Amino acid sequence: MKKFNVINTPVHNIDGVAKITGRAEYAFDVKLPHMLYGKILRSMYPHAKILKIDSRKALALTGVKGVVTGQDTLGVKQGIWRRYKELCDEEILARSKVRYIGEPIAAVAAVDEDTAEEALDLIEVEYEPLPAVFEPLEAIKEGAPQLHERAERNINVTRHIEWGDVDEAFRKAEHIREDWFRCSPQHHVCMETHNAVASYTPEGRLTVWTSTQSHYYIQVLLSWMLGLRESDVRVISRYTGGGFGSKFEIDSAQFCSSLLSMKLFKPVKITLTREEEFQATKRRTPMFYYLRSGVKKDGTFVAKEARVFTEGGAYTSMGATALYLTGFFQTFPYTWPNYRYDGYRVYTNTAPTSAMRGFGAPQATFTAETQIDLIADDLGLDPIEIRRKNAMYPGYEVPGQATIQSCGLSQCLDKIEEWIKSRGKLPPNRGIGIAAYGFMSGGIFNWFDTPYAFSSAVIQVNYDGKVDLYVGSQDMGQGSNTTMVMICAEEMGVRPEDIRLHMGDTDNCPVDLGAWGSRETLMQGNAVKMAAADAKRQIIEFAAAKLSPNIVYDLDIKDRWIHLIARPERGLSYFDVVKEAIRGKDGQPIIARGHYTPHRKGMISPAYSFGVQAVEAEVDPETGKITLKNCVTAHDCGQVINPLGVEGQLEGAIAMAAGYGFTEDMPMDEGKILNPNLVDYKILRSAEMPETKVMEVETYEPEGPFGAKEAGEGLTNPTAGALSNAVFHAAGVSVKNLPITPEKVLDALRKKEKEGKKEKK
Amino acid sequence: MEKLLLHITVNDEYRELYINPKRLLVEVLRDDLALTGTKRGCNTGACGACTVMLNGLPVKSCSVLAMQADGAEVNTVEGLAEGGELSDLQKSFLDHGAFQCGFCTPGMLMSATALLKEIKKPTKEQIKEAIHGNLCRCTGYNSIIRAVKAVAEGEYKEKSR
Repeated sequence: MKKFNVINTPVHNIDGVAKITGRAEYAFDVKLPHMLYGKILRSMYPHAKILKIDSRKALALTGVKGVVTGQDTLGVKQGIWRRYKELCDEEILARSKVRYIGEPIAAVAAVDEDTAEEALDLIEVEYEPLPAVFEPLEAIKEGAPQLHERAERNINVTRHIEWGDVDEAFRKAEHIREDWFRCSPQHHVCMETHNAVASYTPEGRLTVWTSTQSHYYIQVLLSWMLGLRESDVRVISRYTGGGFGSKFEIDSAQFCSSLLSMKLFKPVKITLTREEEFQATKRRTPMFYYLRSGVKKDGTFVAKEARVFTEGGAYTSMGATALYLTGFFQTFPYTWPNYRYDGYRVYTNTAPTSAMRGFGAPQATFTAETQIDLIADDLGLDPIEIRRKNAMYPGYEVPGQATIQSCGLSQCLDKIEEWIKSRGKLPPNRGIGIAAYGFMSGGIFNWFDTPYAFSSAVIQVNYDGKVDLYVGSQDMGQGSNTTMVMICAEEMGVRPEDIRLHMGDTDNCPVDLGAWGSRETLMQGNAVKMAAADAKRQIIEFAAAKLSPNIVYDLDIKDRWIHLIARPERGLSYFDVVKEAIRGKDGQPIIARGHYTPHRKGMISPAYSFGVQAVEAEVDPETGKITLKNCVTAHDCGQVINPLGVEGQLEGAIAMAAGYGFTEDMPMDEGKILNPNLVDYKILRSAEMPETKVMEVETYEPEGPFGAKEAGEGLTNPTAGALSNAVFHAAGVSVKNLPITPEKVLDALRKKEKEGKKEKK
Repeated sequence: MEKLLLHITVNDEYRELYINPKRLLVEVLRDDLALTGTKRGCNTGACGACTVMLNGLPVKSCSVLAMQADGAEVNTVEGLAEGGELSDLQKSFLDHGAFQCGFCTPGMLMSATALLKEIKKPTKEQIKEAIHGNLCRCTGYNSIIRAVKAVAEGEYKEKSR
C-alpha cells in the first residue's frame, strides 16, 4: 500500500477557482449598505507635539459624517506584548505627540473617498516641532533627541545571547576576521494594501472585515483598545492579498474605521493608498551589523561575536522579536561552539520597523554567509568544504536555546556541490555564490499572553460523509488552507474534496495565533491531525462493531475504505459507516477536536528547516549591473505536503529575497521616504527573475504532522548572501551594504583597481 | 459635474449608465457594475492589478477614464469562464499553481489572455514581456510563465471544449 494517498501529491489550491474567476471577496472588495468611506490625517513632522486639533471646518463640509482624533480613544498604548506592558508603546491615533512622518492624527468618515480626502485638508493641527533623529547610531548617542520618556539614549530593547567562553576561544583562534555590514529596509509590498470595513451595531457588537495574518490578534487588540468584550468583536478575513509579516499587528485602517463606526453606527471602510502603505506601515528592520569570527586554519569555527544596532523607528512593533531572532539565527546553520550576541534596538523618528518574512534571519544569513566566504577566501578554502565542516546535524544542541531534530543540511550541501560541478567552467564575469540557512517552524514565544492553545481545530462529520473542518489559521496566499485540507484528508482516510474548510472568522473558528513565523504547517497542522485522528477513531469504533474482527486486529481508513490493516480487502465503505454511526449516536454528527501548544521544545521553535542555495550571477564590469542567471536550492522541509505549494513558496521567496539583495531600498530624507510608489521602489518584475530549480531533501521531523516542517519563510534567508557571494566570485569585490546596486559594485571595483595600482607601485 | 451617458459592453453584456466623466474605468467596473474581480494595487498604472481587455487589448483600467471606453467592449476576469467551464488559461493557472494570494491574478490572467489572442505561440521572452507590467509579490512569476507556455503549446487543447 502507498505510504500516503494525499500527502506529497500536487493538489490544486482549494481557493484556486474563486481566485482565478474573480469571485474571491477580499476585505478590499467588501461593500455594505449605507457604508461610509474614511481617510486618515497623518503627521507631516517626524517629531512634534500636537498642541491643538480643530476639526470644525471639516465637519461643516457637506458629506462629512464624523471625525475622530486621539481624544476620542481610551488612550491605550498597545502592542503585541501583552505580557510586557513596557513594550506596548503605540497609540495608533496620537494624542499629544507624533514621532514619525505619517503617524495618524485624525480620521474622517464621509459619503465618499473624495469628500473624506477633501475634509483632511480642513482639519487644522497646531504642532510644536521637536528636534528629530533618524539614524540609530546617532540616536543612541548622549544628547540625541529622545523619543520616549522612559527610553534613555533611545534604547528600546536590548537582547543578549551567549554560550561557551568566547574570549578564551578567540585567543585560540588561528584566524580572526572583523566586518561591518549594513542591512537595508525592505517593504512588504502586499498587492492588497491594508484596509478594513468596520461595522458597529447598537447591540454592542463590532464586526471588522480586514486583510490580516491573524484574525485572533486583531480581535483581541481591537477589544482592548476600544473597551469591548473580546467576543463582541468579530474579525472576518476570508482572503488576504499578501501579508509577509506586515499584517499581524493592528493597523490604522482597522483601528480608525472601528472608532468611526462606533461613533456613527454605520459601516466605515478605510483603504490605505499605496503611498500611505510605503510611508506609514511597517517594514523590514534595517540593521548595522558588526561580526567578529575566529576560526582554525582548516576552517573549523571557533568563536563568533555579533553586535547589532537596529533602526527601530518610533515604536516597538514586532522589532524586539526580530532583534532576538537575528542574534539566534546568526549562528545558523553551524555549530559555533562559542558565541556572544548583543543587540540594541534604537528608537528613531521614522515609521516603526518590524517583522518581514524571515523575521531577522535574512539579515543574519546575509552577513554571516558573506563573511564565511571572505574567511574561506582568506584561508584558501572551498566554500562548500568550510560549510560542511561546521554544519549542524540531527541531534545537535544549540547551547541553552534549541535542539535540532531532523536536519538534512549535509545532503543539501552535497546536492549543491554536484550542481556547481555540473556548471563546469563559467564564462568571464560570472560567479556562483552559495549560502546555507536554517529557519524555525513556528515560534514558542507567547508575548501575546494568549490563554488558549497556540492552534486548535474542530471537525464535524456529516451524514453524507462531508467533513466540516474549522481552523483558526490564516491563508494569506501561502496555501495553508490547502495544507490543512490535505492533512485532514490523509489522517481521516478521505479525499480532499470530502473536506469543507471554515476559516478566517473569529465567530466560527477556534483560536490560532495566525500566519507568522512559519507556524501554520507544524502547529495548525498538528491540531488538525489530532482532530482528524479523533474523528477517525470514532468512526472506526462503529466499523469495528460491525466487522467484529479478532480483537488483536487494527482498523484504518484509506481512501474512504475502512478496513483491517492486516487484511485490507476486508472492510466497509466510509460513507456507509458514517451514516450508521450518526444514527447510532442518536442523530448527533461526529465531533472531534485537536489542539497544539509546544512544550519542552527549547526557547525558539519545535523544529527547524534547512537549505543551501546557489546563485549564479553575471556582473558587467563597465556598469556594475548584476544579472541573475540561475538560482538553485537544495531544501529540507521535512516531509513535503503539497509539492505544488512548496515550489511556489520557493520561487516567490527568491523573487522577494533577490529584491532585498539588489533592487529594493527605501531612501529617506529627514524621515521622509523618497520613493513611495511602485515605479521607484523596485520589486522584481518578470524579466528579472532567474531560472529556478529546487531539489528536495526529504527528512522526517518527529514533531511535525507526517514529518513536515517550515517550507516558505526560511527560503527568504539565503538569497541576498548567495548573491553577494556570487558577485564576490564574479568580480572579486564584496559589497557589505545592501542592496548591492550597480553603483556600489562599481565603487568597489574602482577601489579595488586603485589598491591594485598602489600595490604595484 | 454633469453626468454623461456611457455605453459599454462588458463581458458580452451591453450596459448604459450615467456617470461622472471624471470616473475611471476601474471604478465603474468595481463600484457600479460590482465586478470586483478586477483589483487595484496602486492607482498609478504601476502594478497591473487592474488590467482588463479594452477592445481586445490589455489596458490598466486605473489609467483609463470610463468615458474613453464609451462604445467599447471590455472583458474582465469574470468573463473568462463560460457556462461554468474555466478557460484553458485558468485551468493551467490551477495546474501550475500560478497564483498565491490571488490579488494580482485577475490582471495577470487578462494580460496573458490578451497575449494568447494576439500571438498563438509566444516564446518565453514574449510571455515575460506581456506580463512585465503586472507585479506579483507571491509567485516569482516562473509558475505563471509555465502556465501560459503550457496553453501556448497546446497542452490544453484535448481538454478544452
